[in-house]
Amino acid sequence: MTDKTLIEGVREALDEELARDDSVFITGEDVGPRGGVFRATLGLFDKYGPTRVIDAPLAELSIVAVGIGAAMNGLRPICEVQFADFIQPAYNQIVNEAARMYYRTGGTFAVPLVIRTPYGGGIGGGLYHSQSIEATYAHVPGLKVVIPSNPYDAKGLLKSAVRDNNPVLFLEPKKGYRLIKGDVPDGEYTVPIGQAQITRPGSDISVYAYGMMHYYCQQAAEEVAQDGVDVELIDLRTLNPLDKDTVLNSFKKTGKALIVYEDNRFLGYGAEIAALLAEEGFNSMDAPIMRVAGPDVPGVPYSHPLQDWFMPNPQKIANAMRKLARY
Amino acid sequence: MGTQVIMPQLGESVVEGKISRWLKQIGEPVKLYEPILEVETDKVTTEVTAAGEGTLLKLYANEGDVVKAGTLIALIGAPNEANNEQAHVTQPEIAASSAEKHNGSSARVSPVVARIAAEHNVDVSLLHGTGEGGRVTKKDILAYIGSPRPQKEGAAMKVEPEKLEAWEQPGLGELFRPTEELFGKAAPTPASSTPIAPVTTPAVTSDAVVPLNNMRKAIADHMVLSKRTSPHVTTVFEVDLSKVAAHRAANKAVFERDGANLTFTPYFAMATIAALKQYPLVNSSWSEAGIALHRAVNLGIAVSLGEEGLIVPVIKNADSLNLLGLARAVNDLADRARRQQLKPDEVQGGTFTMTNHGTSGSLFATPIINQPQCGILGVGLIQKRVVVVTQNEVDAIAIRPMVYLGLTFDHRILDGNSADNFVATIKQRLETWT
Repeated sequence: MTDKTLIEGVREALDEELARDDSVFITGEDVGPRGGVFRATLGLFDKYGPTRVIDAPLAELSIVAVGIGAAMNGLRPICEVQFADFIQPAYNQIVNEAARMYYRTGGTFAVPLVIRTPYGGGIGGGLYHSQSIEATYAHVPGLKVVIPSNPYDAKGLLKSAVRDNNPVLFLEPKKGYRLIKGDVPDGEYTVPIGQAQITRPGSDISVYAYGMMHYYCQQAAEEVAQDGVDVELIDLRTLNPLDKDTVLNSFKKTGKALIVYEDNRFLGYGAEIAALLAEEGFNSMDAPIMRVAGPDVPGVPYSHPLQDWFMPNPQKIANAMRKLARY
Repeated sequence: MGTQVIMPQLGESVVEGKISRWLKQIGEPVKLYEPILEVETDKVTTEVTAAGEGTLLKLYANEGDVVKAGTLIALIGAPNEANNEQAHVTQPEIAASSAEKHNGSSARVSPVVARIAAEHNVDVSLLHGTGEGGRVTKKDILAYIGSPRPQKEGAAMKVEPEKLEAWEQPGLGELFRPTEELFGKAAPTPASSTPIAPVTTPAVTSDAVVPLNNMRKAIADHMVLSKRTSPHVTTVFEVDLSKVAAHRAANKAVFERDGANLTFTPYFAMATIAALKQYPLVNSSWSEAGIALHRAVNLGIAVSLGEEGLIVPVIKNADSLNLLGLARAVNDLADRARRQQLKPDEVQGGTFTMTNHGTSGSLFATPIINQPQCGILGVGLIQKRVVVVTQNEVDAIAIRPMVYLGLTFDHRILDGNSADNFVATIKQRLETWT
């Protein structure tokens, strides 16, 4: 057991899955000798060779389409989209082909495909390197959407994603790549897809988050604990399919919910959690459901002060936690 | 049936008061209209008198308690009533608290509280709410029915939040990094609901601490608010008071006969009021919608209460008073301010303020605006000074009673030129006094 970064968790999962299963291969822009722009695949080209770690042209549509074709023919591709911002050219492949293939072919063809992509702002990336795209894709039935918030889950969830027979969109909080550290056991273990986790038990308010925002929520929860606010923090981990039981059970206990996400507020993922709580948790409700989210502006600004304005951070989250606890 | 002592509402915007001192103790006889306690608000300290005669039977609040207006705080009655007074007092208490509930909690019962109340047959309106606006929260009702709170489970966090460390591999993945590392941590975001006073206060060490009374706290909050609200600019004029001094010397005795002590203050007040009429922009308040002009001239005059603080009684509709009226108003307000007998409404609603810092020897000062006003006029020490005067094109050295007038103004509303015109009008009025 050693402290590793989140991206090391990703790299270990890739390494171990490539070693475990010959049908697994990686493709994407610069994933080969360069090891990816974030170095997620560093050393894998040397270790597994050019037929297992394949550089792709600058064409996300083709990267995903190649993955779908390979997956339908018995391989287990891991496609890397360099930034989540660039995934949209492949939208048609992901939504109309990958997500619907099994249904459309009456169960004849499965698409055991993983699409890895870094998402999120706070890294001075401006409009085209900061986006959060999870809501758009979590909307699509047939596609699993997974977001780890820590190195342990990054490794365990990615291994589960590779072994899943459905297409999995695996979103990695890029700001946390080297910021978030934690225990990552050497060797085999998996974290099941579809299970949220209570990462901090508490009794006053339920806070739902994932990815980078979960990391911030941990800090905010520590801060408000000093004011006597006992936060129960839930790391959703899988956005689709959602672990409704964990979400609702916590709400039944506290009656107060705060959902934190970095994506634009309007129709963001938190809206679905709020709707679920209202529909199935109404009798437990003790306060209006609150959200902390990115504002509804066209992009994450490049300007540093404006980026700070855009991004949820531990202070903004702690303020909302206090407000909700006070209600 | 005894006489109830109710916490009075000490002004239009005053909702509660702090009981600073009981002047009568339980068992003491109380006469009609005799002061029985002192109440302190953030504006004034005032006495509450008895509305009936008898013996003080019961006190329902302690010194230091902050009590809402309209609350029963004591009971006066015949000495033998002491035994059965309990029956009387529970009634008004419940009445008061359920009246309050109708404003707050019963209007908003959350689904979970409604469900628990129905399951346990509880009347929510009888509960004491600790939530926002007195709302009955789930915890309140659970505490009421005695249900145990959910216990903490022992699961440990997998990831400990760590301190930001230097970018681990500067040569690798350097393209996009957390911006804290590039620019430092973002400034903390203040809670949107509550304005926060200064963000950084240096740590204070001391040998003794003077506790803050309400007045000190109110002054501190207001000064910080004002400095943060208005861009302050001060302009200073020097005024020759020969004419005013001559007028005062000639009329002091006459005013004395009319029961007014004629100081210089009414002269400054009168000249200021005239200038405010001429420049309505100075008698105004800033708002995002526009500059709000005030038709009434309500002139505040700062009165020092020594180390305890200061207070600004307001002469309402000061433009309707002549010199005698102003002199009387100034005498009266200053006198009652020093004896702490001002009513809360008498320290509110000012549209412009004068401060006479010269009384403590100050030549000129840069006073802080009394929000939401546009300006404050500081009057310095009146001092005989050698000045050059020109008569019939001949310069001469003369000894004249001189004073510095400093106007601090809100630069959002006034520019230097218009502020100077305003003070120049005061100066001109004072120097040509007849």
